[in-house]
Amino acid sequence: MLAVGLAVAGIAIAAAFTLRAFQDNMMFFVEISDVVAGDYPKQRNFRIGGLVVDGSVEREEGSMDLRFRVTDMNCELPVSYVGVLPDLFREGQGVVAHGRLGEEGVFVADKILAKHDENYMAPEVADSLAKHVEDKTAPLREGVTECNPQ
Amino acid sequence: MIPEIGQFALILALSLAICQGVIPLIGAYRNDVAMMSVAKTAATGQFVFVAVAFGCLTWSFLTSDFSVLYVANHSQLSLPTIYKISAVWGAHEGSLLMWILILAAWTVAVARFSSALPEAFAARVIGVLGLLSIGFLLFALLTSNPFDRLTPPAADGADLNPLLQDPGLAIHPPLLYIGYVGFSVAFAFAIAAMLSGDLDQRWAKWTRPWTTLAWMFLTLGIMLGSWWAYYELGWGGWWFWDPVENASFMPWLIGTALIHSLAVTERRGLFKSWTLLLAITAFSLSLLGTFLVRSGIIVSVHAFATDPTRGFFILAFLAIVVIGALILYAWRAPSLDSEVGFSLLSRETFLLLNNVLLVVAATLVLMGTLAPLVIELLNGGKISIGPPWFEIAFLVPMIPLVLLLGVGMHTAWRTQDKRPWVALLRIPAIAAIVIGVLLPLLFYGRTSLLLALGVAAAVWIIVMSLIQPVRSMRRKEGAAAITRSALGMSVAHLGMGLFVLGVTLTSAFNIESDRALTPGESIDVGAYEFEMRELRDVQGPNYSAVEAIIEIRKGGEFVATVRPQKRQYLVQKSWMTEAGIHVAWNKDLFVALGDQLGNGAWSVRVQYKPMIRFIWFGAIIMALGGLIAVSDRRYRLTASKPSRVSSTATETA
Repeated sequence: MLAVGLAVAGIAIAAAFTLRAFQDNMMFFVEISDVVAGDYPKQRNFRIGGLVVDGSVEREEGSMDLRFRVTDMNCELPVSYVGVLPDLFREGQGVVAHGRLGEEGVFVADKILAKHDENYMAPEVADSLAKHVEDKTAPLREGVTECNPQ
Repeated sequence: MIPEIGQFALILALSLAICQGVIPLIGAYRNDVAMMSVAKTAATGQFVFVAVAFGCLTWSFLTSDFSVLYVANHSQLSLPTIYKISAVWGAHEGSLLMWILILAAWTVAVARFSSALPEAFAARVIGVLGLLSIGFLLFALLTSNPFDRLTPPAADGADLNPLLQDPGLAIHPPLLYIGYVGFSVAFAFAIAAMLSGDLDQRWAKWTRPWTTLAWMFLTLGIMLGSWWAYYELGWGGWWFWDPVENASFMPWLIGTALIHSLAVTERRGLFKSWTLLLAITAFSLSLLGTFLVRSGIIVSVHAFATDPTRGFFILAFLAIVVIGALILYAWRAPSLDSEVGFSLLSRETFLLLNNVLLVVAATLVLMGTLAPLVIELLNGGKISIGPPWFEIAFLVPMIPLVLLLGVGMHTAWRTQDKRPWVALLRIPAIAAIVIGVLLPLLFYGRTSLLLALGVAAAVWIIVMSLIQPVRSMRRKEGAAAITRSALGMSVAHLGMGLFVLGVTLTSAFNIESDRALTPGESIDVGAYEFEMRELRDVQGPNYSAVEAIIEIRKGGEFVATVRPQKRQYLVQKSWMTEAGIHVAWNKDLFVALGDQLGNGAWSVRVQYKPMIRFIWFGAIIMALGGLIAVSDRRYRLTASKPSRVSSTATETA
């Protein structure tokens, strides 16, 4: 019982000690439509996710600067990234990016997430896509034009 | 035909598991010897049939039988034979079958080496393992049958995920599972002890070697996973605090606490109820890990494709196991209060602190892992917790743990006389502080408080673990040599010290640079110059690749040539990064190819990783310590000649 008591006390202290750090390191997932509507955490990093729009990946020849657009099948968000891409990054595929919204509404990513398996899609991305696609088997619409941020 | 035999064998195994899970427990309750003796026979039979099923699935892979759905989805004609075998456990259904096979193997091992146990106790242990096996066999047969047919058969398979086509990953899951599942033995011993109500110290003695063995395999399994992630995921990290990594790490932390707590229970008869609780927790966390990996509810690079039925099944199973075990615990544990005392300065105190700190560490990891899930359920939005949080949080219990570890090893049971104790600790403590301050400055040219603390802690542990073995080697004739058990402890702690040293220096002095590079260009990283000499095309058995030839020089002198590749696997059309790594004992030079940038340029990630080998080497030494401890003569008694019952069991099989 002494051990249990000490463990509980230890956990309480450690939890209090790390709670602040917890808040600083928590990263919210924000749906693309919400980002476009301006509803995202300011002054801190957050995550976005969706499909990489077909034909949207642009790269300056010979440089690591990259731009592409991500869609949740409702709105699109331009993303910029400098660095090495994960192996499973591809147009038309799901992607998750960490970063913050920069000037002119471009999401500046500092990390693009890799996946383990290409049939696997992060649940939050799948949810956000499902909201805007009635028929989940419908083929991707290219260049979604109308966007209705809620 | 072969897949049907496998399927049938699995069903027979389930029937035998039911016999094994029910009859011996009733027998032990009624004190009916005939019913108890069913345990070993049923366990052996179950193992044989699960092995047949596993063999059938392996055969289907080897013969590329694409009329089996699982084979069609995870193999391919031109897949190298070794990966056709490892593909058996390359995805959910097959890895579950392997899990069941390992559980059956542990059970047979317990049955074989249990001749020193009272018959009723052995029957209960095997019975509980049988109950667990029923759960997993039902899980396989009802939701994840590896033998499901595909009509019409596929002409060729969809190939094994290229990430898994690697020798490291062929053996990582088996070792990890042996560890995970091994904790079910400790769990079964705990349940059996509580069922019998006879919780004397012998129980701890019987459980100890099994727990240490499971812990040893889990250590190796986690280490291999970390090593694989380092070179195969391509980006040079060795631990990502990914939910699935955490899922294997939590049972390891609790298992480590359990090993230490068992030592107190065995030697002094203390902490009995606490030890039971740890045994239950270690296995429950193994099940939780399974749930996290296989339900797909948590975002992870490891997650298997989502299937709600599987998630629900394993959650229900987890609930039954945990709630059942805790009810039994609540009923039995209050009668376990011990009368023995110990003074404040004693090994018992240090082991108590060890347990508290390890449990705190595991709880913090659990909090960080489950927080996204809990916050989402509370409609707090979808969040993720980054590695920086884990790194800070984890250090809170770890710093006192490693400092106390060095002291605890040299403190006597019951009560320790203060004066010789202080005399022994003084010199190593001073040495650790001096080296901690100087080593980073001398070899790497800078330092910080945390860095000095890390190095000092590592040196502290290393010196303290060497004292006993060195004294034993230099002992006078006739003096008692160190026991295997104490030597094992020293070696495992030495491994921990090497690990801490590796982690500290790698994280402090690692240099990483992402750059665009064309043939003929070079970049400097630290003291090293990396020149891309040429790019060329390479053909593998089932992939084609671009290979960069990169020459590494230091101060103009040739160090090594590395050949990182970017592979495209032909069937899945997926890209894979094979890093080029130059390995030395004190550093890795790591180059990975990123993307083709146009104009002949490629993005390249170059890294200098000092002392990173010490991380995995330390883990191997820790596992070796476990092996040495298990070989102690104290435990060999339990592994004596087979009894009459188990030998007949082998014959019937």
